Amino acid sequence: MDLFEYQGKELFAAYGVPIQQGRVATTPEEAREVAAELIAAGKPGAVIKAQVKVGGRGKAGGVKFASSPDEAQARAEAILGMDIKGHTVHSVLVVEDITIAQEYYLSFLLDRAERGFLSICSVEGGIDVEEVARTNPEALARIPISPLSGVDAAKAAEIVAAGGLPEEARPGAAALAERLWAVFTGEDATLVEVNPLVLTGDGRVLAVDAKVTLDDNAAFRHDFSQFADPGAADPLEAQAKEKHLNYVKLDGQVGIIGNGAGLVMSTLDVVAYAGEEFGRIRPANFLDIGGGASAEVMANGLEIVLSDPSVRSVLVNVFGGITSCDAVANGIVSAIGMLADRGEQVNHPIVVRLDGNNAAEGRRILDAAEISVVEQVGTMDDAARRAAELAAAAATGA
Amino acid sequence: MAIFLTAQSRVIVQGITGSEGRRHGARMLRAGTQVVGGTNPRKAGQTIELADTELPVFGTVADAMAATGADVSVVFVPPAGTKDAVIEAVDARMPLVIVITEGIPVHDTAQFWAYASAHGNTSRIVGPNCPGVASPGKSNAGIIPADITTEGRIGLVSKSGTLTYQMMYELSDIGFSTGVGIGGDPIIGTTHIDCLRAFQDDPETDVIVMIGEIGGDAEERAAAFIERNVAKPVIAYVAGFTAPEGKTMGHAGAIISGSAGTAQAKKEALEKVGVRVGRTPSGTANLVREAMRGR
Repeated sequence: MDLFEYQGKELFAAYGVPIQQGRVATTPEEAREVAAELIAAGKPGAVIKAQVKVGGRGKAGGVKFASSPDEAQARAEAILGMDIKGHTVHSVLVVEDITIAQEYYLSFLLDRAERGFLSICSVEGGIDVEEVARTNPEALARIPISPLSGVDAAKAAEIVAAGGLPEEARPGAAALAERLWAVFTGEDATLVEVNPLVLTGDGRVLAVDAKVTLDDNAAFRHDFSQFADPGAADPLEAQAKEKHLNYVKLDGQVGIIGNGAGLVMSTLDVVAYAGEEFGRIRPANFLDIGGGASAEVMANGLEIVLSDPSVRSVLVNVFGGITSCDAVANGIVSAIGMLADRGEQVNHPIVVRLDGNNAAEGRRILDAAEISVVEQVGTMDDAARRAAELAAAAATGA
Repeated sequence: MAIFLTAQSRVIVQGITGSEGRRHGARMLRAGTQVVGGTNPRKAGQTIELADTELPVFGTVADAMAATGADVSVVFVPPAGTKDAVIEAVDARMPLVIVITEGIPVHDTAQFWAYASAHGNTSRIVGPNCPGVASPGKSNAGIIPADITTEGRIGLVSKSGTLTYQMMYELSDIGFSTGVGIGGDPIIGTTHIDCLRAFQDDPETDVIVMIGEIGGDAEERAAAFIERNVAKPVIAYVAGFTAPEGKTMGHAGAIISGSAGTAQAKKEALEKVGVRVGRTPSGTANLVREAMRGR
């Protein structure tokens, strides 16, 4: 789960990572109020920052300086509602303006390859770090962090020295790094990134931006609900999440339901290949209904997939492993009945491919149910081809 | 011989009294696995009946090993307790620890892996979030359905559970020495490379199938390993060509892997070292058949 900058900074503040004074605002009037408080407290002005979970907001005009409360209100007025790379700005962070002497980069993250953690630190901050990695890779220091010993004062000093930070910034940066590590472990983050890490004109070291990703698997020991962002998700994705379905909306015409993330991903690929010969028919979604594939889960899945207006056909691709295919077939039959009871008659063709344990009995159950929209195909490749063909036919027929 | 798991393997279930532990413990017994007991610290000294077999429940892994000679543990302990369960198995020097549990915080996995490494890696850890290890006709430790395939001479290593089943089923007429589901979590114990090395050394494996998916650079690393160390034919499949960009993948993550983690990049890396990569699971199965005919 990715956090907004202001949410990341709330965590930073709770762990003692130094940040600028200020707070989030959702209206121009609120922004004015925050700016007025900052200026009254002797700050030289305020910076109004669009809160979006995408990079490049500065270039898009989403970060502006204001020297007075009036100006802050006007700036916020302009930024709120702005579209930045497809993300609508619903809030702004209003913070004290500071004098920036130098900008650095600091992050903690997962290192999949080494099966541990890593810190990246660089004296070159404030710009696209991927660009630095391409053009000047030596400028990025990568310091492995043991999950057992973590980051103490000595390790923090090692990190900022490796990053090539100047002497005058090191004590402040090292202290900040130690606190940042506390955020990383204490909040079960998979990424905490500060870019830029700033040395101010008056010698302070501050985290001027915050990019934090939290591990959804750790939700059982935290209150992550405060970070829920219902406005951002696709409405169908939000609906699926409520029903505990693993659904991702895509832009094609063939609705996909399968069991197991790998098999579903593979099904998307096979449908996309097959769709090439039918005028670029593509998968409409990713939906993994998991191992169980009960009637209710199948009904919920079908309901979500069929509510996507661009769907023209559906492919149900299930491999019966622990759950045998007769149970899955019964699930499909009752799901279609359940949808009819909810007043949602299924009109799109549903191609079903059942394989694995007790597949013959599963196929017999589906045949015996004589559901007009259901068509069975024996193999995954043929089923994908048929679903693409039916979607193409429905698209031209419509 | 198979790899990691043989007919002689003696298996315990950590979390044997939970619903998953009971269900799959019984399944493993019916598949012919020598399941010799299980653990639950609150039910030490009791017994549990699974698939008409009376099994002892021990308080600790160490007690279970001492009493039964177990050399494999299958972990079904829920996420909040998985880290401690794995560390307990490592402390007991359990040779093979298969972690089935899904949804473990990655900080916990990083910690138990670091702990195992700091203690000399005396335990082989498979998973977490994996379907386990199956050596058909010999032993089955985990949740891979036992009756979808047969004993044979193909070795399989896969990040994905259902794709493992699909492939073992499609090639059930030829059969498998061992199938290893290594799991798709960001941090896993046993890797593609570990399995490739073991299959290369296994006299009962002729051809190796490797199933990967988007994210990370494990497949690229495996390709580099194959080029230098694997003489047996390797056939690969990679899922996720049309998957949307990973939402949790931060910029910094892409820097470390040195690759975007895309399916295309993985396919190219594998093909560059002579590994044939199937376009679909069935296409991959056909490539395996060709390779087996050549043996």
